[in-house]
Amino acid sequence: MAGWTAHTGQAVALPMAGIDTDQLLPARFMSTPRGEGYGRFLLYDMRFGEDGEPHHAFPLNKHSDVSIIVAGRNFGGGSSREAAVYGLVDYGVRAVIAPSFGDIFASNAVNNRLLPAAVTDADSETLLASLGEDVQELTVSLDTCQIQLGDRSVPFALDPVWRTKLIEGWDDIDLTASHSATIAAFTQRDQTERSWAYLRAQGDDPR
Amino acid sequence: MIAQTLFDRLWSAHEVLRRDDGASLLWVDRHLVHEGSHHAFGKLAARKLPVARPDLTIAVSDHYVPTRDRHEGGANDTIRRMITTLAQNAGAHGIRHFGLFDPRQGIVHVTGPEQGLTLPGLMVVCGDSHTSTHGAFGAYAFGIGATEVAHVLATQTLWQVRPKQMRLNFTGALPLGVTAKDMALHWIAELGSDGARGHVVEYAGSAVEQLTMEERMTLCNLSIEGGAKCGIIAPDETTIAYVKGRPFAPKGDDWQSALVAWSKPRTDPDAQFDREFEIDAGTIAPTVTWGIVPEQAAPISSRVPLNASAEALDYMGLKRGDMLAGLPIDEVFIGSCTNARIEDLRAAAAVLSGRKAKVPGTVSAGSMLVKRMAEAEGLDRTFIEAGLDWVDAGCSMCVAMNGDKVAPGRRCASTTNRNFRGRQGPGARTHLMSPAMAAAAAVTGKLTDVRELAPKAAMQKVGAA
Repeated sequence: MAGWTAHTGQAVALPMAGIDTDQLLPARFMSTPRGEGYGRFLLYDMRFGEDGEPHHAFPLNKHSDVSIIVAGRNFGGGSSREAAVYGLVDYGVRAVIAPSFGDIFASNAVNNRLLPAAVTDADSETLLASLGEDVQELTVSLDTCQIQLGDRSVPFALDPVWRTKLIEGWDDIDLTASHSATIAAFTQRDQTERSWAYLRAQGDDPR
Repeated sequence: MIAQTLFDRLWSAHEVLRRDDGASLLWVDRHLVHEGSHHAFGKLAARKLPVARPDLTIAVSDHYVPTRDRHEGGANDTIRRMITTLAQNAGAHGIRHFGLFDPRQGIVHVTGPEQGLTLPGLMVVCGDSHTSTHGAFGAYAFGIGATEVAHVLATQTLWQVRPKQMRLNFTGALPLGVTAKDMALHWIAELGSDGARGHVVEYAGSAVEQLTMEERMTLCNLSIEGGAKCGIIAPDETTIAYVKGRPFAPKGDDWQSALVAWSKPRTDPDAQFDREFEIDAGTIAPTVTWGIVPEQAAPISSRVPLNASAEALDYMGLKRGDMLAGLPIDEVFIGSCTNARIEDLRAAAAVLSGRKAKVPGTVSAGSMLVKRMAEAEGLDRTFIEAGLDWVDAGCSMCVAMNGDKVAPGRRCASTTNRNFRGRQGPGARTHLMSPAMAAAAAVTGKLTDVRELAPKAAMQKVGAA
């Protein structure tokens, strides 16, 4: 997974609070293999009517080539479905800027190189107001943890561990493999100290 | 020695190592997987990696399973494929699997505790946000995404940054007819759907100590709806009595050493929390949601708030100032990992007993064992005679992935966990409430204070068998 330090792209405002992961990616599309792409399912029930016709007024339907979303508080709350992040990433979104994020969503985002940039309520209002119903070019920098919109610059918060991970493009499985000896030592001790916490091998399961 | 919380102790017991930047690698005791794990198994296959600890991985079919006509294997080809893919992945990796026709099949968060797989002091993860349910046992239990599921499958560990801690003290005692569901909706309405974001929530206080295990599971289940990383309750005699003798609970010497271990995880009296709140349980009323996020909840005796968001009102077909009690509903759903354990079904049946439902509805037990137990008690007769459908166990109409759903524009009184737009099907309008309240809504065809409809049933302690 390649790391990155800055991204410049077209930003759009979704000025609503509580865009949950059920909205980001409705459950009925989640059986789709990832290889088929999830971008077309992003915010499906907000973008399209029951007849499948697009709602032309919805920001993502008015503008193309959007790679940054600015939204209200509690973005990505609810279900742990990583498909919500797949929808954003496959659509081409690289960063979401909001006052707060669902914890599991934010973690999933970082695992897929998507930046969950947390800004203050006031800065969120400013950015949403600046964008209005149009798109504008915006830059997010992981080096400085700053968002640049025109001549305006606002800071964003990101856990340092996640920042490093995005910049380095770390793969956790590879990283963990480098600690296999430490894990083995832990397990050996733990299986003795907490033998009650372990399960017997399958085969003669109790009922 | 520095005073420690229950969570501090759980964290230390599972910390394999800590990086210089503060990230910790944690050992996972139980990894529960369901049909949604296909993405994670796909990642594993792409890297040709084995499952590190198939013995500590448990597969349960729940999200897509049919609750009717189960012999057909699923409502359509896609659903059947999801169910068989889990069976194939479990088989290929030697993972225990409670599949479609296993008598122990159920919703993963009902089955885990029921089988004694969930124990105090464990770290439990699952690719499902309601994994917080297992915190009721004093376990560190939370939902993870597919990349993390793949990591746990490959390594039986997980990288985590230590969360903050919050304590919610419920003092006093719950009034009659008020349940753990109402406690949860109450605090979420107070603090907001992201009120506990980034925090582990320890539930404490006399009203929590008085809860049965099933009620504790309901309370912890809904932690995620307040944005919490997880919920947690210190194990006590109630916990141990529930766990003892369950199929996968420790036996013999292991049981004895477990009892010693479980006496330790407690929060020291002088331990500090990042945030702490006190709620008088005696002030909590039966609570229902009126909007499209769980924080949009209010006592049944109140009205839709005058500052309610236009977005929520538009979706729900409500006006500011509308009375909640008396609002006509189209159907009821009693089920889900939140409220489909045996005590929940007993509570609903106590209200429905000898009555007819004015609207159609579905009752889906949390597991097939719960279903059999309910049938042995005759609860199924109560539901069926009232006119409700009595169906098999699964996530069903809580997440609407198996074909069970609420039609567009229809209003459902539901014991589930999310009133999000489209959660129970596109255009569905969901009102969250306790099983007794859902049963009362079924009887009158409108949102109803169960205490007025069925004072006797409401007075029955939910946990009483």
